[in-house]
Amino acid sequence: MSEGHHVCDVLVVGAGPAGLAAAWRAAESGLRVTVVDDNPAAGGQIWRGKTASRDAQVWFERIRGVDVQLINGARVFGQGRPGALLAETSDGVCELSYTSVILATGARERFLPFPGWTLPNVMGAGGLQALVKTGLPIEGKRVVVAGSGPLLLAVAAYLRNCGAEVLLIAEQASLLRLARFGLGLIPQKKKLSQAWTLKREFSRKSEKAQSLRYLSGCWVVAAQGKDKLESVTLFRRGKRWQVACDYLAYGYHLVPNVELAELLGCVVEDGSVRVDEFQQTTVAQVYSAGETTGIGGLELSVVEGEIAGLAVAGKREAASRLFPIRAKHKRFAELLNRTFALRDELKRLVEPDTIVCRCEDVTFNRLRSYDSWRAAKLQTRCGMGPCQGRVCGGAVEFLFGWRPESVRPPVLPVRVESLIRS
Amino acid sequence: MPETVTVIVNGVSVIMPAGSMVSAAILASGTYGFHRSVTGELRGPLCGMGICFECRVTIDGEAHCRSCQAVCKNGMDVRTDE
Repeated sequence: MSEGHHVCDVLVVGAGPAGLAAAWRAAESGLRVTVVDDNPAAGGQIWRGKTASRDAQVWFERIRGVDVQLINGARVFGQGRPGALLAETSDGVCELSYTSVILATGARERFLPFPGWTLPNVMGAGGLQALVKTGLPIEGKRVVVAGSGPLLLAVAAYLRNCGAEVLLIAEQASLLRLARFGLGLIPQKKKLSQAWTLKREFSRKSEKAQSLRYLSGCWVVAAQGKDKLESVTLFRRGKRWQVACDYLAYGYHLVPNVELAELLGCVVEDGSVRVDEFQQTTVAQVYSAGETTGIGGLELSVVEGEIAGLAVAGKREAASRLFPIRAKHKRFAELLNRTFALRDELKRLVEPDTIVCRCEDVTFNRLRSYDSWRAAKLQTRCGMGPCQGRVCGGAVEFLFGWRPESVRPPVLPVRVESLIRS
Repeated sequence: MPETVTVIVNGVSVIMPAGSMVSAAILASGTYGFHRSVTGELRGPLCGMGICFECRVTIDGEAHCRSCQAVCKNGMDVRTDE
């Protein structure tokens, strides 16, 4: 993609499941659709890499069958003229003009700080999976998977299939909550069968005759190592013990990526973009679909994308026929979020000298005397480094109840030349 | 024979499957520290998806590149801050 100006009817930001579904529906209706994404290839996080699932292949095929322009490796960082966004590519800045825009920017993992979490080889659960999908050899490596949410199971199964020695999965949610979750899945046959497949996967003994341990009500309280991870300390039912490992893959469920929506003036409630039944945000011609509007998983993302794509094309009746499917997946999402709600004990993992903001190395001790993120930012630079609070944001929200007050462009760090051009 | 790509990490050649990310190549080379934090701590990748900026390295002379979003190309010169 070269520097310049690009015009389309519908601009979709994010080439994950929601974005691709939206693009397909809008293009099928005859609109000129462009999809822009930060990653080198389409598919988002869940459909990343060559080993993408059959679902993914179906959607990639659909996209190939319609006239959609994909722009990869382009980070959207700000607004241009009214009705245009600016993206930075390796070649320069591109202005993307649209009549409607669909924000399908997905979610990121929530990282909670604990002593040792900044050591190399302590990674996100999805983070380590992404690395393995894109070439990291994991065979024979000892991995502890920890945190909360269904992603942990999928990641553990994936890593094990790639030859990793997954020592255990530590899930903070209690057994009682997980049992309720299991019961809640019964009306949703597809989810239940997915759960069974994973369960079978785990009871299958590996070559080393070790079945995989899934510990509920268990979490990592510390990581140790000289200049990289060597072991983690786990906690469960009043007991602490250490496990030697090469990688810790952890994440406390997911947080919607709402920065771009906020920049466009969309109302964000409880961390998710507020949308109406046609997936339109509070700003005219700005739609949003997928995890950005609330964490709900793959199926919900796809149907929300389809609804948004149909709605921008004016096919409101066709869109409304998908409402019952969306409602079903929303019920699953609610169950999911109740089950994996974070316990208060996790707020006490931080010690005074534990770093909370990794970009600026701001410790918990320095933050706790402030009463808002704004005050803390001004005094400590918390959340003002390259990630712009994307990592520590989810943590300070959980630890202190702080939400960011405003988003300013650029929403991602860009080259100075790009700022000058914009 | 699967296609491969060779990159140079801190002066050492690393052979990776075609399509691999630079971050994977760095770890595969045995290097785990990608850059130093503002107080000098050694850091490696966290999010793996372009958000945390902890995997930033110098690629072909350009500093602060996110190695998790850069695809390996033959002869690429990758330098960490270790």
